[in-house]
Amino acid sequence: MKVMADYYYTKNHEWLRMEGEKAYIGITDYAQKSMGDIVYVEIPELEEFFDKGSCFSVIESVKTASDIYMPVDGVVTQINNTLEEEPESLNEDAYANWIIGIQLKDKEQLKELMTGEEYETFCK
Amino acid sequence: MNKLKTTPLHECYSAHDGKLIEFFGWELPVQFEGIVQEHMAVRQAAGLFDVSHMGEVKVIGEDAQAFIQYLITNDIAKMSNNDVLYTLMCYEYGGVVDDLLVYKFSSTHYLLVINASNIEKDVEWIQQQASSYHVMISNLSDELSELALQGPMAEQILQELTDEKLKDIGFFQFKNHVLIQGIDCLVSRTGYTGEDGFEIFTDNCSISRLWQLLLEKGAALGLKPAGLGCRDTLRLEAALSLYGQELSKDISPLEAGLGYFVKLDKDNFIGQKALLKQKKEGLKRRIVGFELLDKGIARHGYPIFNEKDEVIGFVTTGYQSPSLNKSIGLAMIDINYTKLDTVFYIQVRKRKLKAQVISKKFYNKKYKKS
Repeated sequence: MKVMADYYYTKNHEWLRMEGEKAYIGITDYAQKSMGDIVYVEIPELEEFFDKGSCFSVIESVKTASDIYMPVDGVVTQINNTLEEEPESLNEDAYANWIIGIQLKDKEQLKELMTGEEYETFCK
Repeated sequence: MNKLKTTPLHECYSAHDGKLIEFFGWELPVQFEGIVQEHMAVRQAAGLFDVSHMGEVKVIGEDAQAFIQYLITNDIAKMSNNDVLYTLMCYEYGGVVDDLLVYKFSSTHYLLVINASNIEKDVEWIQQQASSYHVMISNLSDELSELALQGPMAEQILQELTDEKLKDIGFFQFKNHVLIQGIDCLVSRTGYTGEDGFEIFTDNCSISRLWQLLLEKGAALGLKPAGLGCRDTLRLEAALSLYGQELSKDISPLEAGLGYFVKLDKDNFIGQKALLKQKKEGLKRRIVGFELLDKGIARHGYPIFNEKDEVIGFVTTGYQSPSLNKSIGLAMIDINYTKLDTVFYIQVRKRKLKAQVISKKFYNKKYKKS
């Protein structure tokens, strides 16, 4: 299982990566493995606001539909449209392929997320 | 929570990285390597499924033939010994108790193979119906284990392990006491995938050796262990019904599109009157195949709407088809919307996705019929 050291993680296996003031959100390698072959990613609208813990995307694998939750409060500022045509890219590299970019509401919330090291222990 | 039931193969799954799920009170592997890989292995080479959870009921006695003829919708009168028949059994009002396979050993000895989710209900039902017949009914479900070896390479793989001439077992026929490396098995050329293949029954003690022998021998020919996940995608592509989805106590076999397996003109059978009436009055709804035109997957239970936003049916099964690379499914739909090319809308969470009625022949079945 791959874990990126400088990312933030949730117990639901989402990751968050800071890039300046923006944050990118995706699913972890562990998540893509347990979902199996991903065939469709439902992506939210730009400028939609989501509370921490609310469902912002649904990922359909062959077997099931999995809800993906916000690690923090934020507004969607970017969406990864390539996932519409190539949902399987999440299986290929879950960390390189973010689902949304957001503007954080409160950076303090990052402290509530797991570090890479903590996440690795959590998955064991 | 009750402890989940397991098959004698439970210990063997982990060697192949099997991922377990609960399935109607059983703990079974949903996948090993991956649903799509296993699906394609069955289509192109072969897959091996543990289907030991399936139920088996033995019916013996001088009235066995007459009793089964009364119990089921299909006609067993024309069956020869060693034939297998697909059929349904219905309630008086026409709803389905279960779909099953009938194995004929002789006119006084049959084996019924039933769904795992229905074993208790079925056995009780069968016993209730048998009161006025001279038959003995035994539930062998806990004593028998079963493997399904499915795919174009199935015959070659199995042939390497037995002296029995498998070519002599025709489509929907079986042979008892086939020795597979010394293991006493019942082998039928049947399955649930739309491919050629076999279902192999043996006792609980021998099944794990059989599983290992087949996987060892078959690996070079592309055989993979396969889970419930691809069993479901494979049977959908072949448009084979699953009890609890396309069939239920609230769905008649005619509505499910299984009229071929209901011989309305045979002598008295349970549900005959109701089904004759339903046929005479015309069906009000029916199962159709559909393809999603918008992106997404329509899954079991999702409601279906017409242009005017009225509910006209529901999805019974839906997947992204690994063989066709399209999002397809089966749906129970108001009869006015069942013509090919009819467009309707399926509610997938917040969105309504456009879908179109297509032929249920999603995938051309590759059975070996002589």
